[in-house]
Amino acid sequence: MTSHSLHPDTWVDLYSDYLYNYAVTRVSDTEIAKDIVQETFLAGLKSAKNFKGDAAERTWLIAILKRKVIDHYRKINSNKGKAEVRMSYSTHMDSEGDWLEEQVADPYSILENDAIENEELGLAIQECISKLPKKQAHVFNMKTIQGVSTEDICNELGINPSNLWVMIHRSRTALMECLNQNWFKL
Amino acid sequence: MISCEKAAIICNKAQYKEATVFEKLTLKIHILLCNACAAHAKNNAALTSLCNKANLKALTDKDKTKMKEKLEEQV
Repeated sequence: MTSHSLHPDTWVDLYSDYLYNYAVTRVSDTEIAKDIVQETFLAGLKSAKNFKGDAAERTWLIAILKRKVIDHYRKINSNKGKAEVRMSYSTHMDSEGDWLEEQVADPYSILENDAIENEELGLAIQECISKLPKKQAHVFNMKTIQGVSTEDICNELGINPSNLWVMIHRSRTALMECLNQNWFKL
Repeated sequence: MISCEKAAIICNKAQYKEATVFEKLTLKIHILLCNACAAHAKNNAALTSLCNKANLKALTDKDKTKMKEKLEEQV
C-alpha cells in the first residue's frame, strides 16, 4: 500500500468544495456547513502528527468532518437542555386515524432514494471537477455552480470570452468522460 | 455550414442559456448533418441536467481565501 502524506497548504484548493457539499447535505445550512469545513481543516492541522498515512488525505479529512457534524448536533441539542424528540400526531387535535400506519414510509415513494442518489452524484461530479486542471476547474465552478456571468468572470480572471468558452468546452468534455466512467458505469 | 468547433462553442453557450436564436438555428442545422456533434450535444445536455440534479454547492473565492488565512495563522 502506498503511504500518504499531508499537505495542509493545498487543502482549501483541493478539498474545500468536496467537504462543503458533503457537509451541506448533512446540516442543510450553508453557513453552518462553512464553519464545519473550517473547523475540520483546523482540527486536521492540529492532529496532523497522528496521521498514519494509511488513508488518502481526503478520506482522512472526511472522517474528521463526520465527527464535527456529530459535534454540531450534540451542541444544538445541549443548547436546548437535552435532546428532545417532539412528535405530535397531527396539527388537528380532533383528527382520527391509525397513527402507526400513517407513519410508515411509503414503499412506492422513490423520493428518499433520489436524495441519496443526488448526494452521491454531487460528490462524483465534485471529484471529477477536482481532476480538472486548476484554471479550468475554477472557470467551470464559477460559471456552472456559482452562476457568475460571463462578463464578470472575464473581468475577474483577465481573459476574453472566447478563452472562457474554450475552457468551458474542455472542462465539460473532460467531465463527460469522467462521469461516464465513474457514474454511469458503476 | 458552421464548423464543428463553432458548433461545440454554441452548444456550450446554449447550456448556460447564452446562445442567440440565430446561433441556435445554425447549431440545429449542423446537428442534423453531423453525427459526432449530435452525440456531443446530447451528452452536453445530459451533463447540464446532472449538474442541476446534484444541486451542487461551491464556496466562493472569498470564503476560500478566508479559510486559507485562518489555516495559515495556525501553522
